Amino acid sequence: MINTVETAVKPNRKKGQLGAIWKRFKKNPLAVAGLIIVSLLILLAAFADVIAPADGNIPGYNRQDWSRQRQFPSAEHIFGTDNVGRDIFHRIAHGARISLLVGLVVVSVGMTIGVTLGSISGFYGGWRENIIMRFIDIILAVPNILIAIIIAGALGPGLINVMIAVGIGAIPGYARIVRGQVLSVRDQEFVEAARSIGANDFRLIRKHVLPNCMAPIIVEASMGMAGAILSAAGLSFIGVGLQPPTAEWGAMLSAGRGFLLAGYWHMTLFPGIFIAAIVFSFNMIGDGLRDALDPRLRGASFSKRKFKRVLAQRAARGEEGGRA
Amino acid sequence: MHKFILKRFLMLIPVLLGLVFILFTILHFAPGDPAMVIGGEAATEERLQEIREEFGLLDPFIVQFGNYMWGIIRLDFGVSWITNNSVGEEIFARFPNTIQLAAMGVTLGLLLGIPLGILSATKQYSALDTGATVFGLLGVSIPNFWLGLMMIMFFSVTLGWLPPTGFGEPIQWIMPTVAIGTGSMAIIMRMTRSSMLECIRQDYIRTARAKGQKERIVIFRHALKNALIPVTTVAGLNFGFLLGGAVLTETIFAIPGIGSLAVSAIQARDRPVILGGVLLFAVTFSVVNLLVDILYAFIDPRIRSQYR
Repeated sequence: MINTVETAVKPNRKKGQLGAIWKRFKKNPLAVAGLIIVSLLILLAAFADVIAPADGNIPGYNRQDWSRQRQFPSAEHIFGTDNVGRDIFHRIAHGARISLLVGLVVVSVGMTIGVTLGSISGFYGGWRENIIMRFIDIILAVPNILIAIIIAGALGPGLINVMIAVGIGAIPGYARIVRGQVLSVRDQEFVEAARSIGANDFRLIRKHVLPNCMAPIIVEASMGMAGAILSAAGLSFIGVGLQPPTAEWGAMLSAGRGFLLAGYWHMTLFPGIFIAAIVFSFNMIGDGLRDALDPRLRGASFSKRKFKRVLAQRAARGEEGGRA
Repeated sequence: MHKFILKRFLMLIPVLLGLVFILFTILHFAPGDPAMVIGGEAATEERLQEIREEFGLLDPFIVQFGNYMWGIIRLDFGVSWITNNSVGEEIFARFPNTIQLAAMGVTLGLLLGIPLGILSATKQYSALDTGATVFGLLGVSIPNFWLGLMMIMFFSVTLGWLPPTGFGEPIQWIMPTVAIGTGSMAIIMRMTRSSMLECIRQDYIRTARAKGQKERIVIFRHALKNALIPVTTVAGLNFGFLLGGAVLTETIFAIPGIGSLAVSAIQARDRPVILGGVLLFAVTFSVVNLLVDILYAFIDPRIRSQYR
């Protein structure tokens, strides 16, 4: 389908675009901080087996040692040990794998389904649109976490079930974005032109609709990672998600909760910090991407350009401008 | 305007019916034997058979669903499979706690979020603004259930100031409110800030300043009024969001609300209670969102005039 001119020109243009996006992205210190934290967590997940080596048939992070249960943080166990003597840091390292995997799968599946549903309802309208949009209204009528709890509870424990449970709530966001975009381009002349030279609906969506809503989709995906990880942790926390002895952060919180009143704070503190950090980072990245991908969507965030503009405005008003 | 409200209201009905149908289907075909839930693990096969007949569990799916819907229409939510209590009584007895928790959370969010947002916008790029922004971002990212646990650890265990659980006394409201309200405070703050920043740049603000109006009046009378319109929407939507947050918060603080009821029912596979609880959640959530839409149209004269 792609002609030679297109292939010859495209890489250059793409590179320039990516460069410009990166240039804008790195001006936002919080977004860069988020990116760094996520990179570190990916490394932690990737090297989890090195950090917490397996021991024969029993994975190292799951090795129980009753002689050292509920130890507070020390040089040997930097985050302490849990109620059956497992190193909390080791378990957090392995938990990073699960959280990142759940986030990634939920976002990719939610995005695929959401984009498909959004395109269908936008392009074809009629009864298809009615059914799809009512279905989305139904999902939106219940708080996301509650949907996830019900589905996870009904399906029973397990990684795949958690992904399905959390993934359902991820669909509406993408579907709405894509549907809106389809509706706004559907009747435009370039779409008509493309159709008249024989482009089918799939190609129209791929070539003319999706490129126009990439920015909000990418932002939604980044925020969606945060939401999915949070929901999955919440599920394990109340006991309908991944079950012990899986090293999942929410499940670790849940286990630590029983020892909280007895003063063993480290069992809940550290897994929670990691959940908060990963959620915070993906939210930050999403925020930064929103500004970087499409300056028109620019919300309220830091940037030098804006800073200068405000300085100029303040100078114009005769105030002593600038950061206090 | 009335037509718009009525139409939106009627549109809720198919959505809620669809929701009940989907939930019922999921729960019906979920693995596990309902008779075992009702009779307990120790029930004999004979007893299980009796239960199946008594509760109509041998009927085809569509008959069971029809019976349930017929009950719902008469506002009869059935009886709990575990406790044998009336589901309707149980959910409506617990409902006020959930609403109160969510309302207190939103109130906290508004009381702290709006002033912080205004301060942050009027002193843009100051240390205070940076601090408020970081705080706001942390607020949306910290899981409310973890925040609750950390507060229990600090205020109940270490300091011994606040009771770790319960919801009867006002002193027991503090931690749940903070746990559930921090996220919405952060969101309201960010919304107020960005909306305020946009308003401050408008021409009419420049005009107000140009005529020599005091800065305080410019901000509070001219800018804030317009800036708060999107904030109301966000606050209203947050109320719904907090209903979701209540599910976990209630569980942590052992608050007898719909959220904790739904969670324990899901764990116990108590189908009538799950359906009743979730349905009440959905109705509240949808009605709140609808009210927010109406309110939004009502408080913004620009939109209101379109419906005249």
